[in-house]
Amino acid sequence: MAVSTKAVAGSSSKSRFWRAPMLESLPLRISVLVICFLWTLPTAGLLVTSFRNPELITKTGWWTALVNAFQPGQWTLNNYINVLSGDNMATAFLNSLIVTIPSTVIPITIAAFAAYAFAWIPFRGRGILFIIVVALLVVPIQMALIPILKIYSGASLYGTFVGIWLAHTAFGLPLAIFLLYNFMSQLPRDLFESAAIDGASAFQTFVRLVLPLSLPALGAFAIFQFLWVWNDLLVALVFLGPGKDVQVMPTALYNMIGPRGGAWHLLTAGAFLTMIVPLGVFLALQRFFVRGILAGSVK
Amino acid sequence: MALDRAKDSASGSYGTPRWVLVASLIGLVIAALGVTVLIDPHGGENLLAAIYERLGNAAGADALRNGQGDQFYAKLLLAAIALLVGVGGIWLLFTSASTIVERFPPKLRDRIIPWVFIAPALVLLSVYLVYPAVATVIRSFFDQKGVFTLANWESLGKGEFLEILRNNIIWLVVATAGSVGLGLTVAALFDRIRRESLAKVFIFTPLAISLVGATVIWKFVYAIQPPSEPQFGLLNAIWTAFGNKAVAWSTTFPINLPAEMLIMIWLQTGFAMVVLSAAIKGVSVEVLEAARLDGASERQIFFGIIVPLIRGSIVTVTTTVAIATLKIFDIVFSVSGGLNHDNVVAVRMFQEMFQFFNDGRAAALATILFIAVLPVMILNLRNFRRQAAM
Repeated sequence: MAVSTKAVAGSSSKSRFWRAPMLESLPLRISVLVICFLWTLPTAGLLVTSFRNPELITKTGWWTALVNAFQPGQWTLNNYINVLSGDNMATAFLNSLIVTIPSTVIPITIAAFAAYAFAWIPFRGRGILFIIVVALLVVPIQMALIPILKIYSGASLYGTFVGIWLAHTAFGLPLAIFLLYNFMSQLPRDLFESAAIDGASAFQTFVRLVLPLSLPALGAFAIFQFLWVWNDLLVALVFLGPGKDVQVMPTALYNMIGPRGGAWHLLTAGAFLTMIVPLGVFLALQRFFVRGILAGSVK
Repeated sequence: MALDRAKDSASGSYGTPRWVLVASLIGLVIAALGVTVLIDPHGGENLLAAIYERLGNAAGADALRNGQGDQFYAKLLLAAIALLVGVGGIWLLFTSASTIVERFPPKLRDRIIPWVFIAPALVLLSVYLVYPAVATVIRSFFDQKGVFTLANWESLGKGEFLEILRNNIIWLVVATAGSVGLGLTVAALFDRIRRESLAKVFIFTPLAISLVGATVIWKFVYAIQPPSEPQFGLLNAIWTAFGNKAVAWSTTFPINLPAEMLIMIWLQTGFAMVVLSAAIKGVSVEVLEAARLDGASERQIFFGIIVPLIRGSIVTVTTTVAIATLKIFDIVFSVSGGLNHDNVVAVRMFQEMFQFFNDGRAAALATILFIAVLPVMILNLRNFRRQAAM
């Protein structure tokens, strides 16, 4: 069967045979192009507008700028300069980094140790504890907000970076433990036996064997968590509060929407600034991300 | 064997070397100092001011303490400390705890070490998820003064709350079906072209954008100007070109509901596409070939064979998107704050907490979301049990 498929399709690709009749169809190609175009159009409008002369933005549509692209006075970088200096976007950018990097590294570390123990070290209560982790996978964050906020105001953790790290860490843990457990439990048993024979401690086995071998899964979750924390508004609003000195980029952008819905030159530049880092991470590490999505949902 | 290891551990050569223990303990003390700087609201400024004083720059130090001067450098200093403490601290914690336990007698050590590895996770999960979930359910039955009441729950059945619940259900059905349906369509279409992975990037990329950012993008598409002025919002420009009157898409009920849901669909379609596309590629070629030989049309193959075969993936994608949609907050919150009959549970909960200071009702709203995901939780547990049994 497999041989005949190859012979008919005349290609090594597995599913070419049934795809073949559609491959060159013009309507299909056009509809794919149209879908991609429509999907990109809103973002393109934002990007073009952020570089336009503020006076022109509300006088003509952004698409006219593309037609008159070479007229003098069309383009400017001032929107970015203004939004970085005037709207605390530079501080917000730093704050976002301060919040996001530890909020990514801490949960991965804690989850990796826990997943390793769950997968390879027998101990009493292992089964029931892991079932609790699985149960926590879908608990809405909203269930945690009120009691945690109460604890935080008592422990003066409200509005601090340490406070939001711990919150993001805990909220990311169930998925992280679950994903890493699925990956680590597939590692070959011989590996751990020979490490034990060599006299390696559990900690050494983890650092020298498990961590390097789990890099694909760690990378996938890292991108997940990075994007989630960087783009988060709710947790930041609740636990960091509206203070200008600690606000992260989504909060800063939200605050710009409120008072000046009309200042599109600043709003578009600000929005694009918040998008640069996640877009860069995302496009550079797409493959990891896709693998993570598939591991997380096709189970 | 066991004897050998016991001897090794007695002589200290088993496990991690001693200097690692010493170094990590010293590191932990430094990290603890860093945490005190981070928790202090003016930690960065004060630390930089102290450094300036040491360097003999008293004026710079005073300026910093008064909230002026080199605030940005103070922030950079704080960022450096935050990254060192946040990233390094957790590793130091695990390293020192493990190396200490490794020096225990073998039996005790083997019993304690797994708990060292899972303790941080267990503590955080208990404090941040298990305890709050229980506390929130209980809180929903008490009023501001701590007296038992059903009023929080009763109020959810009235007036604007009915509208909020209705909106959440509309979101749940329309936004979820829209994302999954479009994702499946796109996955099926793109499966048949040559530059598939390139085309996918266009649909997929919005996933990296924050919901607030996406809201700004679409608010610009929906922007409206008075009739006398040119419409610079894309949608109204097209709409008025056909002779219609401009519409305030994002603030007029009921058109604002689909306008807001479209933002979510735009983001989530990429996710559905990726998972479903992988599932479609997993369908065996033999089955498809057999269907073709029997003379099935492409349409029949898609709906009669592919869709049933990837049903499992469709269900998982649908539940994932549905859970995200259920908790929708950012979009409604940043479009208008739910002022135009478009409010949803998560936004109202936030408003109950921070505007109306009614924690009891906020807790009841959160509990509604929790009840809504309970079936998924039970399903997850059942699936996991079955897998573990095999």
